[in-house]
Amino acid sequence: MSRLLLVAFDPTDALGGAGFAGALGLPFDVLLLTGQAAPGIGAEKVLATGWTELPPSDAIASAVAGLAGGYSHLASVSAMRSKDALARLAGHLDAPMVTDVIAAEGPSQFKRPIVAGSLIETVAVDGNPIVLTFRPSGFSKPAPGAEVAADNLNLPGTSAVTRVSVSSRGGARPDLTQAKVIISGGRPLKDADTFERVIGGFADAVGGAAGATRAAVDSGIAPNELQVGQTGKIVAPDLYIAAGVSGSTQHMAGIKDSKIIVAINTDPDAPIFEIADLGLVADLYQALPELQEKLKK
Amino acid sequence: MKILVAVKRVIDPYAKVGPLADGSGIDTTNVKFDVNPFDEIAIEEAVRQKEKDPSIEIVAVTIGGSECTEQLQKALAMGADRAILVETDQAYDPSSLSKELEAVVRSESPDVILMGKQATDGDNNQVGQMLAARLGWPQATFACNVQFSGGKATVSRETDTGEETLELPLPAVITTDLRLNEPRYIGIAGIVKARSKPIDRRAPVTPGGTRVRSVKVESVPARAAGKKVASVEELMNELSSRGVGA
Ligand SMILES: Cc1cc2nc3c(=O)[nH]c(=O)nc-3n(C[C@H](O)[C@H](O)[C@H](O)COP(=O)(O)OP(=O)(O)OC[C@H]3O[C@@H](n4cnc5c(N)ncnc54)[C@H](O)[C@@H]3O)c2cc1C
Ligand SMILES: Nc1ncnc2c1ncn2[C@@H]1O[C@H](COP(=O)(O)O)[C@@H](O)[C@H]1O
Repeated sequence: MSRLLLVAFDPTDALGGAGFAGALGLPFDVLLLTGQAAPGIGAEKVLATGWTELPPSDAIASAVAGLAGGYSHLASVSAMRSKDALARLAGHLDAPMVTDVIAAEGPSQFKRPIVAGSLIETVAVDGNPIVLTFRPSGFSKPAPGAEVAADNLNLPGTSAVTRVSVSSRGGARPDLTQAKVIISGGRPLKDADTFERVIGGFADAVGGAAGATRAAVDSGIAPNELQVGQTGKIVAPDLYIAAGVSGSTQHMAGIKDSKIIVAINTDPDAPIFEIADLGLVADLYQALPELQEKLKK
Repeated sequence: MKILVAVKRVIDPYAKVGPLADGSGIDTTNVKFDVNPFDEIAIEEAVRQKEKDPSIEIVAVTIGGSECTEQLQKALAMGADRAILVETDQAYDPSSLSKELEAVVRSESPDVILMGKQATDGDNNQVGQMLAARLGWPQATFACNVQFSGGKATVSRETDTGEETLELPLPAVITTDLRLNEPRYIGIAGIVKARSKPIDRRAPVTPGGTRVRSVKVESVPARAAGKKVASVEELMNELSSRGVGA
């Protein structure tokens, strides 16, 4: 039997899955790992674990493995949390897995980026079930219908691991993977205060998210969860502004799906200008405040 | 304590690569190979732990062809004590790799497996978690700080929204993220010392094979060529004409 289980880490995650389920062309159910109701996306059943917070991934993997019986496909939106838990799930089920699917050519053939997004590979998968993570930006986003209350399964969430502490930064700014506008900064932002003032201030003024390069993260200029790229977050905003970003392959891997890319860089030969839709050769410290004023209006 | 570090030979992460003309794979003509950057971080972490606790033994393992001895040499030069090459020309996917690694773990009985969160060629981010599941060991992926004491690992890890700290009973699987450490530069002394360290070549004990099969590799469709603007004002005009900020 062919049937998809969309594993949603929270209810908004389910929203990203509607287009993917459509592309697979399979009937599907949603399992909410947290939350009690899912947006109406055409699922036949909406189930909930009953967890108030996400347990460590060993607990998630064993709980989902217990439900996997009736499904040919188990899938989640690509994110660190889903890669952590679903690859473990695939290990439990001895199932083949495909990470970061960007297109489905039927239920067992998929496209995905490889080598820092510089190539696209088509893979054919033999196995039942198949475990997948997918990038929602590659799939249509139908408007959700009325919310559907979930059937609570009261699943166990016991883990061998103890969570000692959690720290979450970012505060009130939109999440990078959801934001319509992203302003990203690189190495020339100098230090954390300057980054927060210049890039953070810009983000707040236009209601956008702040992003960073690995160079900025490595040198302590920006927090890790803001890293965009092959080994950071993959983003797809309407407008991506890269300020003081050279445009390494690894950074570009994370921004290719943006609708409009704007680059501001003092070096006219910076590689970022090869993929930017609009490039301005300028000092970011002069150009950004001016652009911020104008965009704010 | 024994630490097993899984190491993969990958295309130089800074090389620009294209597809083969017939789309059957990646064109690696004139491309250098190196240790997967995340595995280098894993080796570095093991070596730093050994610097704190000299009783630690570090074993590096690779599954691949005989050319992979190059990458094992690098691991030995960085400070691993010995290396294992599971020598094979078979194709593997993350799932079959995790089975072969499981066999190595069963024969070596390490207390900790340190490995990269992802290999920068396939970008799969799967093998560590699959291996942990197969062994029934706890896992901490995306590690940015690792401490061992009293039969436990305390690992801070990167999350989608920040950081969390986990306590894991050993044995456990830990996968590395970029901020964990900065791998050392290998000096001549290390390279010379590495030559006298053993590399144990073994035959695979599982059938290998791939259930995720490559059908085609192609270039990414290029974005339409962009435009340079001379001022913020002109930039705003261009953005407005594209429906932004108008
Ligand atoms: C395995 C691996 C994974 C990686 N993953 C990622 C990833 O996910 N994301 C990522 O970003 N990188 C990643 N990298 C790193 C990547 O290769 C680059 O080193 C990094 O992206 C460079 O960051 P940067 O553009 O901030 O710095 P630089 O390359 O130093 O560029 C700074 C740019 O700022 C310009 N500039 C300087 N002053 C000003 C000014 N006042 N105004 C305007 N412009 C100015 C300069 O001309 C230059 O172009 C990875 C690398 C490896 C090996
Ligand atoms: N052929 C291999 N030999 C040894 N370890 C490997 C091999 N392939 C992958 N690994 C390990 O698995 C990690 C994750 O790889 P992947 O899931 O393919 O992205 C890598 O960082 C390595 O530590």
